[in-house]
Amino acid sequence: MKITKVAKAGTLESNDILIMVSPKDQGIIELDLESIVMQQFGEVIKQVILHKVQEMGVEGVSIKAQDRGALDCTIAARVETALNRAI
Amino acid sequence: MQALRRSMLFMPGNSPRMLQDAAILGADSIILDLEDAVSLTEKDSARILVREAIKTIDYSAVEVVVRVNPLDTEFGAPDIEVIARVRPNTLLIPKANEEEIRLVDKTLTKIEAEEGFPSGGIKIIALIETALGLENVYNVIKASPRTVGVLLGGEDLTADLGIERTKEGEEIFYARNKVATVCRALKVDAIDTPFTDTNDHEGLKKDTARGKGLGLTGKAAINPRQIETIHSVFAPTQNELKWALRILEAMEEAEKEGQGVFSLDGKMIDAPVINRARRIVDQGVRLGLISGEGGAK
Amino acid sequence: MKNLLGREIPDYIDGYGQVKPFQGSFSNCGVKTRSAVKLTSVLPNDQKVLSSLDDLFDKLKITDGMTLSFHHHLRNGDYVLNMVMEKLAARGLKGLTVAASSIFPIHAPLVKHMETGVVTGLITNYLSGPVAEAVSRGRLPKPVIMQTHGGRARAIESGNLKIDVAFLAAPTADTYGNINGVYGKSACGSLGYAVADAEYANITVAITDHLVPYPANPIEISQVYVDYVVKIDSIGDPQGIVSGTTKITKDPVALIIAKRAAQLIKASGLVREGMSFQTGAGGTSLAVAAELKKIMQDEEVVGSFASGGITGYLVEMLEEGLFRSLLDVQCFDLKAVESYRDNLSHQFMSASMYGNPHTKGAVVNNLDIMILGATEIDLDFNVNVTTGSSGVIMGGSGGHSDTAAGSKLAIVVTNLMKARLPIIRDKVLTITTPGESIDAVVTERGIAVNPRRLDLLEQLSRTQLPLMTIEELKQLAEKITGIPKPIETLEEIVAVIEYRDGTVIDVVRKVKM
Repeated sequence: MKITKVAKAGTLESNDILIMVSPKDQGIIELDLESIVMQQFGEVIKQVILHKVQEMGVEGVSIKAQDRGALDCTIAARVETALNRAI
Repeated sequence: MQALRRSMLFMPGNSPRMLQDAAILGADSIILDLEDAVSLTEKDSARILVREAIKTIDYSAVEVVVRVNPLDTEFGAPDIEVIARVRPNTLLIPKANEEEIRLVDKTLTKIEAEEGFPSGGIKIIALIETALGLENVYNVIKASPRTVGVLLGGEDLTADLGIERTKEGEEIFYARNKVATVCRALKVDAIDTPFTDTNDHEGLKKDTARGKGLGLTGKAAINPRQIETIHSVFAPTQNELKWALRILEAMEEAEKEGQGVFSLDGKMIDAPVINRARRIVDQGVRLGLISGEGGAK
Repeated sequence: MKNLLGREIPDYIDGYGQVKPFQGSFSNCGVKTRSAVKLTSVLPNDQKVLSSLDDLFDKLKITDGMTLSFHHHLRNGDYVLNMVMEKLAARGLKGLTVAASSIFPIHAPLVKHMETGVVTGLITNYLSGPVAEAVSRGRLPKPVIMQTHGGRARAIESGNLKIDVAFLAAPTADTYGNINGVYGKSACGSLGYAVADAEYANITVAITDHLVPYPANPIEISQVYVDYVVKIDSIGDPQGIVSGTTKITKDPVALIIAKRAAQLIKASGLVREGMSFQTGAGGTSLAVAAELKKIMQDEEVVGSFASGGITGYLVEMLEEGLFRSLLDVQCFDLKAVESYRDNLSHQFMSASMYGNPHTKGAVVNNLDIMILGATEIDLDFNVNVTTGSSGVIMGGSGGHSDTAAGSKLAIVVTNLMKARLPIIRDKVLTITTPGESIDAVVTERGIAVNPRRLDLLEQLSRTQLPLMTIEELKQLAEKITGIPKPIETLEEIVAVIEYRDGTVIDVVRKVKM
């Protein structure tokens, strides 16, 4: 799956996450995460995002994520929406 | 035992926070809304979010209903396609008419077969909010055996009728009657339109009682603070419970003695009265007001 | 050494001294003494009024290393602490200790004084904003001493906390040092937290922007304790002192918690004639008062008193006859200020009367029901209201431990999760209030009763309330949020948490950042 444009999904409201994706060269996956629960859940959030990227077969993407305490299901949903919008 | 639908609470489908807490707000059913509560540009986002929520959040304490978009929009079909695969309890179909319900039924049957879900497991509630839908409500319900209830949408209906929607609700008197009567005839739930002034609890109480008085069995809510009031109106009163229990006791006595017909306090008790008493006791048991064996707690 | 709650605390802490470990809520009681006060007699023709802080500091010899005290009745609108410290910094003073009953974001300039060595010690009951951040990063050479409202009064009265000069922000003062908080543009109502400072400091200075002819009735703090009166233009920003109105939350989850808490109180049997009640001004806490009100009306019960920080909502309950009186240590809004001024049933109490464990009986001892908040709570019911999720200080006991210890039924009301963080943990990062004084935790998803309260558990088991063990409640939350990684801290101690009796219940260590 090829990312061709910049897209975003989600919000900065409590319990949500704002995901912005933009195209990158094949093979490059960049992730810039900012979270109000970084110390407690930073690693988990990164895994959830990268897992979704992999699952959707995306091969080059830069992701900026601003997390406001979203649950894993919300994170996965927002990443999927942003990637779908960026094809 | 069939789920109670005294209250059905609308929750916006694109709000993670609301989806997280939806199950604990006290409503019998929650309606995760992909239609009016979601802007056109967020339809895709809400659809995926609701799908993920149903997959992971524990909603076992409530009935999960998803209001999909109307089938005559570009969003309706993909909503059903995506949501049905995570098996919500029920779909709420807006602007329902006969053909649409038939189409939804067919689509659900196909998805259930593909996913290996029991056939007919996902139920339908028809949202009656057009003049045509209202006049045809009998056939709308009959269009699918999945249909377990009708929700009356007062706002859109009055708009379709070109009349003013008021707090007193005189203008939907006929609609309430019609929905209540047909639903009773076909033994499905009749859910009243929501009361839109969320700060007026007295008004809500009156409006709910008006619907109950016409035979509606539950009411939609647009704010969690409305639930307690709605439940208080639909709960059987202690007097009703006592009356119902006495009827059933008298009936058992009569049966033991081999009497077909019996009377209580000088009044003949016939089948409709017994059925009403049964419904009240049944509801009392489900609400924990009386124990299963009968007898007030 | 480990204290009773298993917290590892050194026997001796640099900048604090020898540690007396916490041994249980009432283990350090019995015969106590109050400290004697040194004073200078004021003679018939002596004048107390000075026209500026400069005049004051010319006259009053402040020296390096002194301890200066302030009260927090002007809250986030207070100008006095900043003005005094600015003047003293300009005069080149060093090594001062600030003993303020609370520190708010408005006190940000203290950070600068900490960095330049003007201030090297801080003693307070509640610490928020930039100063809290700076302290957590280790900007103060000595650890902050965090006390409780009752504990601070005890420390001052016993002589544990010796105040060289007390600076009392005075909404109204007369020329001879009588003070009240009910008149003037900076009116804040009750001055309960300022009483011990006024009575026990070596020197007491009233700083006012509303100087009135003698006497300043009603007199809340008497002339016999006050050495000087300084007249300035403004002691505070009314916007930050009291809020216009306090509103009950509309958040549905908070309302569910409040309703459950009220049902629990009813089931406990404490809704009865003469009952007493206290709650905070936070959204959920206030909603409990609203739910309790309905129950009191249904049962036709009149309470004896509501106490603590007073809000307009409690004033309404008083006026509607639900309580016979209010005992007020601090007013939270204008309605409370007016009621406190005009209604004799709305009475003053000092911090000592409110919560000092070493008196002949504090008000908290007469409290039936106390509603509390929590940042974290652990499996032993210990509560943290001192440090936030990142380990940084963002609060403090205030009256939390005092009321929890004194009341018959102390209920923590809280969301089970805040953002993504579960509130119930194996161990809280910082213990503010010991679990032995907490009776129940009420959340939107379930209620846990402290196993020490078998009687309460028995009463509640006859209701439909969703009872769980605290372990079950913790698992329920973690199923939704996942298990959070614990905060990592360094060895360095940045704050010492004193229990109300002066023993050390915990320490706060510097966070990695």
